[in-house]
Amino acid sequence: MFHNFKTAAVIFLSFISILYSQTVYSQHEENKVEEAEEKFNPGEMIMEHVGDAYSWHIMTIGEHHVEIPLPVILYSKKSGFHVFMSSEFHHGHDSYEGFKIAEGKNNPLKGKIVEIIDGKEVRPFDFSITKNTLSLFISSAILIWLFISVAGAYKKQPNKAPKGIQSAMEPLIVFIRDDVAKASIGEKKYMKYLPYLLTVFFFIFLNNLMGLVPIFPGGANLTGNIAVTMVLALFTFVITTFSGNKEYWVHIFNTPGVPWWLKIPVPLMPLVEFSGIFIKPFVLMVRLFANILAGHIVALGFFSLIFIFGAAYGVAAGYGGAVFSVAFTVFLGLLELLVAFIQAYVFTLLSALYFGMATEEHH
Amino acid sequence: MGLVTPDFGLVFWMTVSFLIILFILKKYAWKPILNALKQREDSIEEALKSAERAKDEMARLKSDNEKIMREAREEREKLLRDAREVKEKILADAKKEAKAEAEKLISSAKAQIESEKLSALTEIKEQVVSLSIEIAEKIIKDSLDSDKKQKEYAEKLLKDVDLN
Repeated sequence: MFHNFKTAAVIFLSFISILYSQTVYSQHEENKVEEAEEKFNPGEMIMEHVGDAYSWHIMTIGEHHVEIPLPVILYSKKSGFHVFMSSEFHHGHDSYEGFKIAEGKNNPLKGKIVEIIDGKEVRPFDFSITKNTLSLFISSAILIWLFISVAGAYKKQPNKAPKGIQSAMEPLIVFIRDDVAKASIGEKKYMKYLPYLLTVFFFIFLNNLMGLVPIFPGGANLTGNIAVTMVLALFTFVITTFSGNKEYWVHIFNTPGVPWWLKIPVPLMPLVEFSGIFIKPFVLMVRLFANILAGHIVALGFFSLIFIFGAAYGVAAGYGGAVFSVAFTVFLGLLELLVAFIQAYVFTLLSALYFGMATEEHH
Repeated sequence: MGLVTPDFGLVFWMTVSFLIILFILKKYAWKPILNALKQREDSIEEALKSAERAKDEMARLKSDNEKIMREAREEREKLLRDAREVKEKILADAKKEAKAEAEKLISSAKAQIESEKLSALTEIKEQVVSLSIEIAEKIIKDSLDSDKKQKEYAEKLLKDVDLN
């Protein structure tokens, strides 16, 4: 009994240590876990799954990789435009037209396409349709198809009760309209921002959900990618900044209700308020990114436990661990469903609040 | 740290895709959907309002009906009362008239009886006179059959006559 607890603790610790790339293994079990790590490296596996890739890896049967090659589009200052399929790299082992996928354990460009110029790895402008880009296109197509067909349903039977997919979307649309947009921005101006808020909400929600589906076309970690959340946060930032009325800017540079010595001679409050303009969208970006990424990492971590058990203590231990891992992953999956909605909601709500602040009239 | 470095390509594609989604959905999805929702909500509100109005109308009609019923009932009672009064009056009048008629009949009968009685009496008187005359005649005839008697009678009559 005691031994089992100890083993579990060791595995758990090793799992954490892998995530932080540190080695805090118990002395007693160190060798076994290290041996297992040689056969199966969970850290690498997890990073591969949550990161972007130049091809869409579906599964590996024995030594054979089943993957969808994706187009690589590059612009190099030295050699101009290059368009080819990622299969030319042969799973990252070969170089093609002077480009290769960077390798090396501590290489900051690891996994990215680099051009070898004078023996140095230089990053070209990379417009490649990566795994995340393809996932983005697929989810965009689904989003457009879904809501145009919903709009069609409204046109086909006006003033009737909603039917089918329309009745699934209507509560969400009404929720965003009444409880997010109208409540945060106000009766007068909410219609102007509603299309953006609806688009952001459904974009994040759909991609969060697709990220939870392990098989193609799901499984990409799109909303857990900082580039995607950065663009979304930038949209909110730009709209907020350009909607700001006079009172909004007065509030930032000459905050009312604050003692004068916080503004003159050292403009402390204006500085705080001004940095707030940038901190708000930055936090939006990080919150969504970190929540979704963390969910993926933890889910994959639980799965890794199966293989760590299997590699370290034999196949039977792997199957035994699978029972617990699957149970935990099911629990986590349900939690992630909730998170998928909550994060989409929070992003939309905060965007709406910022728009509301920017357009607020005199009270 | 690959995870926290935004990838240029993905930023580019994300911006392009998101702008396209936003534009298409705004024009072809959100606008019709939001309009339809608004329209439906308005029509539901309108329907609820008109239902409320209909309810009020119903209540008004019901109270009107009750009022009419009440009035009708009152009217009926009044009519019945009037009819009873008329009946009683007619009865009373008829009684009075009958009484007057009867009295008139009685009085005329009485008068007739009186006149009959008078004529009967007159007749009887006449009969008595004629009978008396007859009797007197016979008696006189008888008694005056002899001269003696005639003389006696004449004397007697003479005696009665006072010569004063």
